[in-house]
Amino acid sequence: MQDLLRRYGMGLTVVFVGLTIFWLAVLVLLPNFTLFESSFRPYLPIVDVGGPLDTYSMGNYMKVFGNEVDTTLLGIQFQMPVRVKIFLLTIFYSSLVTVITFVLAYPLAYYLAKIVSPRSLPTLFLLLFVPLWVSEVLRSFAWWIILAFKGPLNALLMQTGIIDTEIRWIAGFSPVIIGLVYTYVLFMVFPLYNAMQSLDSNQIEAAEDLGAPWWRTHWRVILPHSKPGIASGAVMVFMLSAGSLLVPSLLGSTTSGWFTQTIQSIMLDSQDWNTGAAFAFMLLFVCTLFVSLMMRVFGVKLSDIAK
Amino acid sequence: MKTNRHFLFHLYMGLFLAYLLIPLLVMAGAAFNDSKLPTVFPWKGWTDRWFIDLWNDKRIWIAFRNTLIVAVAVAAIAVPVGTAAAILVNSISGRLRGVLYGMMVAPILIPGVVIGISTLLFWNHLSVGSGLHLSVLGQVSYIASFVMLLVLARLQSFDQGLEEAALDLGASHGQVMRRILLPHLYPAIGAGAAISFFQSIENFNVTLFTRGGADTLTVYVFSKVRSGITPTINALALLLILVTLGAAVGYEINRRRKARIATSREAEGRRAEDAELV
Repeated sequence: MQDLLRRYGMGLTVVFVGLTIFWLAVLVLLPNFTLFESSFRPYLPIVDVGGPLDTYSMGNYMKVFGNEVDTTLLGIQFQMPVRVKIFLLTIFYSSLVTVITFVLAYPLAYYLAKIVSPRSLPTLFLLLFVPLWVSEVLRSFAWWIILAFKGPLNALLMQTGIIDTEIRWIAGFSPVIIGLVYTYVLFMVFPLYNAMQSLDSNQIEAAEDLGAPWWRTHWRVILPHSKPGIASGAVMVFMLSAGSLLVPSLLGSTTSGWFTQTIQSIMLDSQDWNTGAAFAFMLLFVCTLFVSLMMRVFGVKLSDIAK
Repeated sequence: MKTNRHFLFHLYMGLFLAYLLIPLLVMAGAAFNDSKLPTVFPWKGWTDRWFIDLWNDKRIWIAFRNTLIVAVAVAAIAVPVGTAAAILVNSISGRLRGVLYGMMVAPILIPGVVIGISTLLFWNHLSVGSGLHLSVLGQVSYIASFVMLLVLARLQSFDQGLEEAALDLGASHGQVMRRILLPHLYPAIGAGAAISFFQSIENFNVTLFTRGGADTLTVYVFSKVRSGITPTINALALLLILVTLGAAVGYEINRRRKARIATSREAEGRRAEDAELV
């Protein structure tokens, strides 16, 4: 702070501090505090707001329970509240998407970091970046066309004789997973590439010279070195998937509820903002939990993830 | 053995690129198909009517204008805020730095839905109704983090001795800022502005909850896909892809030209040195 004053003087320092406070307090902290506070208030007609009925309670959070539906897990059938089920499935499928993107991205990141000649790297990156510049809504829309019942994928598979009758792709969670993996896989590729690129190639050669088979080189040398990249990629992909509203809405069916869709219908259809706040807070809580879990498991700091 | 493995990797890279790009080609191709539903199969012949429909669609142009206004506003706020925050966090050390840095990075990790709802609720408490102005504020809250990270990275390579020298030679604080610090930060600020602009155009989650009744392109396309879609959207998608691709290729060509000039200058310098030695 002293340093800042000496270099830029009183006027500019006040500007820097003022802008930062505006950002962190007015745009980030206060809205999130309001969200937290509202989530405990009941949904009341406008005349009753602030009146005797307007007391704090856990009522909004309790709304996740209720509406029991049949659920089958590992062959056991039991009853479960529909929103709890959607909540858990969202977490489960987001984790699945994270794992799939990692499996897809790992060889690619390794190829980009250690195998391909540096001369063709800029061109490859340019090509990889193309989908990122196309908005998410259009990328999911592309898959909506491809997966349509009378669409190109079914036509191709029929003509090559792989299938005899059209497959209904848009059913259950698979189209949502396909869409999420396609949309977010690059958020796994780039952090992994960054982490691997900083690994000294001599270490890989040393491992190979000492007789390590390729899989052990990966397991003992390359994978441990990529930890910050894995953590950062996993956090990004999980958070984006769990928070995605576009992909599940466009590619989902009636049998694939996503928790963000629940929030959306409470906010925009029922106009019950306080319950919406409670559910949004639950989503935020899960994401925060996942971030801290990843930081713990991979032993990295927030600054490593932000890279 | 080794070449074999590399062959597999090359193949994988090729397949991966195909996986990324073919859906975009399919989407672009459907813009020319004379079929009421957007698809490339069955192919019913070439047409340009979807582009004509697009041209005549007033709502799309309003949405387009809104998107641009929001994106410019977001960039105009996020860049100074992110830059100021980076300079501030760079000048302090210790525990406070960690806390501030954490708070500045955290918005990237908040789901867009949560940002949208919290912004809506907060400003509603202050009796500010929903609308695109709230979308701007909500988007700035996390886009400023990207700018902050870019500028902070650039600050690491800044030689503070230059500022000391300028101050010793009698420069005013404003001059130090304008003539020394900012020119060094320009590349990061430029990149930050571009990222802010594109992130804002892409944004859906925050905008959906804060927009009030106004449309932006993503929201409009989304509502179209759900309620009776025509290949007009594909025509729009193709145009957007071409514009961004053009910008990307232009950027790359420019980068290569600069790199070539830099290497040729270096070579020239070496030649001159050699000549002197002789």
